[in-house]
Amino acid sequence: MNKISSFDETNDMTDSKITARNVQVYYGDTHAIKDVSINIKPQAVTAFIGPSGCGKSTFLRTINRMNDTIDICRVEGKILIDDEDIYDPKVDPVQLRAKVGMVFQKPNPFPKSIYDNVAYGPRIHGLARNKSELDEIIESSLQKAGLWAEVKDRLHAPGTGLSGGQQQRLCIARAIAVSPEVILMDEPCSALDPIATAKVEELIDELRENYTIVIVTHSMQQAARVSQRTAFFHLGVLVEEGLTQDIFTSPRDKRTEDYITGRFG
Amino acid sequence: MSLGYILLALLVLSVIGYVLGRSKAVSSAGGDGRRLHSLPGYYGWNVVLATLAPSLLVLVVWLFVQPAYINTQVASLISQETVAKSSLDLVLSDVLRVADGLDVAVESGALSQEKAQALSAGSVDVRALLGDLGVALASEVTDEILHAAQAYRDINASGEFYRAILVLAVAIAGFALAIARTHKDFRARNVVEQAIKWILIAAASIAILTTLGIILSLIFNTVEFFKIYPASEFFFGTVWSPSFGGGSELGILPLIWATLYISFIALAVAVPIGLFAAIYLSEYATPAVRAIAKPLLEVLAGIPTIVYGLFALLTVGPLLVDVLGNDGLLGVGWMQGASSVFTAGFVMGIMLIPFVSSLSDDIINAVPQAMRDGSLGLGATHSETVKQVILPAALPGIVGAILLAASRAIGETMIVVLGAGAAARLSVNPFEAMTTVTAKIVSQLTGDADFASPEALVAFALGMTLFVITLGLNIIALYIVRKYREQYD
Ligand SMILES: Nc1ncnc2c1ncn2[C@@H]1O[C@H](COP(=O)(O)OP(=O)(O)OP(=O)(O)O)[C@@H](O)[C@H]1O
Ligand SMILES: [Mg+2]
Repeated sequence: MNKISSFDETNDMTDSKITARNVQVYYGDTHAIKDVSINIKPQAVTAFIGPSGCGKSTFLRTINRMNDTIDICRVEGKILIDDEDIYDPKVDPVQLRAKVGMVFQKPNPFPKSIYDNVAYGPRIHGLARNKSELDEIIESSLQKAGLWAEVKDRLHAPGTGLSGGQQQRLCIARAIAVSPEVILMDEPCSALDPIATAKVEELIDELRENYTIVIVTHSMQQAARVSQRTAFFHLGVLVEEGLTQDIFTSPRDKRTEDYITGRFG
Repeated sequence: MSLGYILLALLVLSVIGYVLGRSKAVSSAGGDGRRLHSLPGYYGWNVVLATLAPSLLVLVVWLFVQPAYINTQVASLISQETVAKSSLDLVLSDVLRVADGLDVAVESGALSQEKAQALSAGSVDVRALLGDLGVALASEVTDEILHAAQAYRDINASGEFYRAILVLAVAIAGFALAIARTHKDFRARNVVEQAIKWILIAAASIAILTTLGIILSLIFNTVEFFKIYPASEFFFGTVWSPSFGGGSELGILPLIWATLYISFIALAVAVPIGLFAAIYLSEYATPAVRAIAKPLLEVLAGIPTIVYGLFALLTVGPLLVDVLGNDGLLGVGWMQGASSVFTAGFVMGIMLIPFVSSLSDDIINAVPQAMRDGSLGLGATHSETVKQVILPAALPGIVGAILLAASRAIGETMIVVLGAGAAARLSVNPFEAMTTVTAKIVSQLTGDADFASPEALVAFALGMTLFVITLGLNIIALYIVRKYREQYD
């Protein structure tokens, strides 16, 4: 699964989809993210792990500027996607979010039909010229999300009527439908049972070929199963980042070791 | 013993009971509160409840029964001829006035208690005597009435005496029983818990029974009305012209028409403005703006409707005439007077804005943040999110809010009395004066009409119609709102 062999040679800037440099995030006076720099590789899954409250979600949300919707939140530093600074005043956060999709912790389908849920993004961004193009987008998105077989006969039933695992895959389909380049997932399986979780994990592994995926997870096993690279956060600091197997077998930092062996967190 | 003294005695008794019950419980546990079944206070409250609850119940029942009993007793003293001359009710009310007069006389010292009871109409001019004390009587006081009044005072006095004895006896019995039962193993907390439950049930039943009573009286009087006026003419008549001399036409249609017309205009003003205000407040306003603007909007809801009525009559109406009247700015001559459907509807709309906006605001806030995040995360703008996700999700709730506003508009009175005019009319011109169901209920009952005439009873039929309409709207609205609440749970 991991083609890349050693830690250091992979961590250069040349092959990097997302580059963060000295990012600070404040909620009012709370300093939630402290001087984080990281390179995130394309066509790979990067897992963020760390104890609760360490800032994983906060940092994830800086990548598609979702933190802009929180009044008291302030971001400093640089985040580049494809060498473009996404906090540049010229960048439209609305455009950015079409390029950087997001899947949330709790499945949050809109109270609309399955079809309309997936069609939501394409309609807003005018991606389809006519009904049949839209239908194609819907079908291919649902197929990529591994949901097509289950829902093709009831596309017009409400999305909220699906099971939790199906809802989460619907949310993934909804994100894929706008053809993003990056997909951010914040604990996408925490509300799901083991079987639904396995399906979503399988899906993440398939999606890796076409997208850059960043996933926040509380489960070490999940991080080990789905990710190629892992970043460990602690108290707002990025403690260590590297190949998943290296982090889990030979962590360099004492805190990382304590966390993955279950001594705290 | 008067009512006040009885209540005071009960109060004193219960305070003593609390202290005694508490201390007896504590001493039965050898001064160690931990060995009691319940906290010490519960033993005190147990005594208080045992003292108060049965005695107050007896007192309340007595207060209802005594007047009825006295009436029958006094009525039996009055001869058939006297009753035949007027009516029993009138004679009895005379008796009451004389009895009250005698009370005043005794209190002010003009008569001694014995003298008052021995008075006879032949020897003294009772009317003049009482007149001097400020008690005016309509007619000469006959011996019969005077005697009845004296008998009334007698029975009343002994009634009060027995009342005091009975109530205090019940209170003391309860007190003694509760004290006797107080012991460290007595489950005072459970008893108090039960008593509290019953007190709450009593309060709830009073509220429900009152509502039932109001509805029943509406129904009875409506039935009474339909006995003397045909229902079909009431519901389908297109003319409303009550004349107190008889021969009135009491068709509800013009009134219903104006009611709905005004409500429609009110909603046309209130719904868009209120909804947009709610969207601004819940979605766009910063917390600082919201903290100021929301209470300000709610002040609007606290203005008494009579003030809105004045505003309609003195400001909005004349302003509209200046623009749309014969010599108005536009010179169209649509409006003859300041009172019109539009004046009332417009002002009522302003009154309903905070109502619509604060209900919608709550409903919009109840849409989970996850919906907004989901939409924004897909690259939707703020207003796209509002239009495509938040409003559709909140729609059923908003419809419920609008229906509630509609039922308020339909029941509103003061604004229409002052703003819409007094003429019942079936017309489509919103600048004409019309009048509504509520306004006519007021005018039918504030006249001098006999309460048994169709002109007065029609008010109940109107009220009933209105009640059915608003009840229906409320039920639909509550159903929709409730159904919507379940959606995210
Ligand atoms: N909207 C907010 N307003 C104020 N403080 C916030 C807000 N969101 C997060 N924080 C604070 O920022 C810090 C990081 O929170 P964050 O949600 O990023 O943690 P997390 O690592 O995702 O935790 P978890 O694993 O529990 O989801 C916490 O101390 C939190 O209290
Ligand atoms: Mg989180």
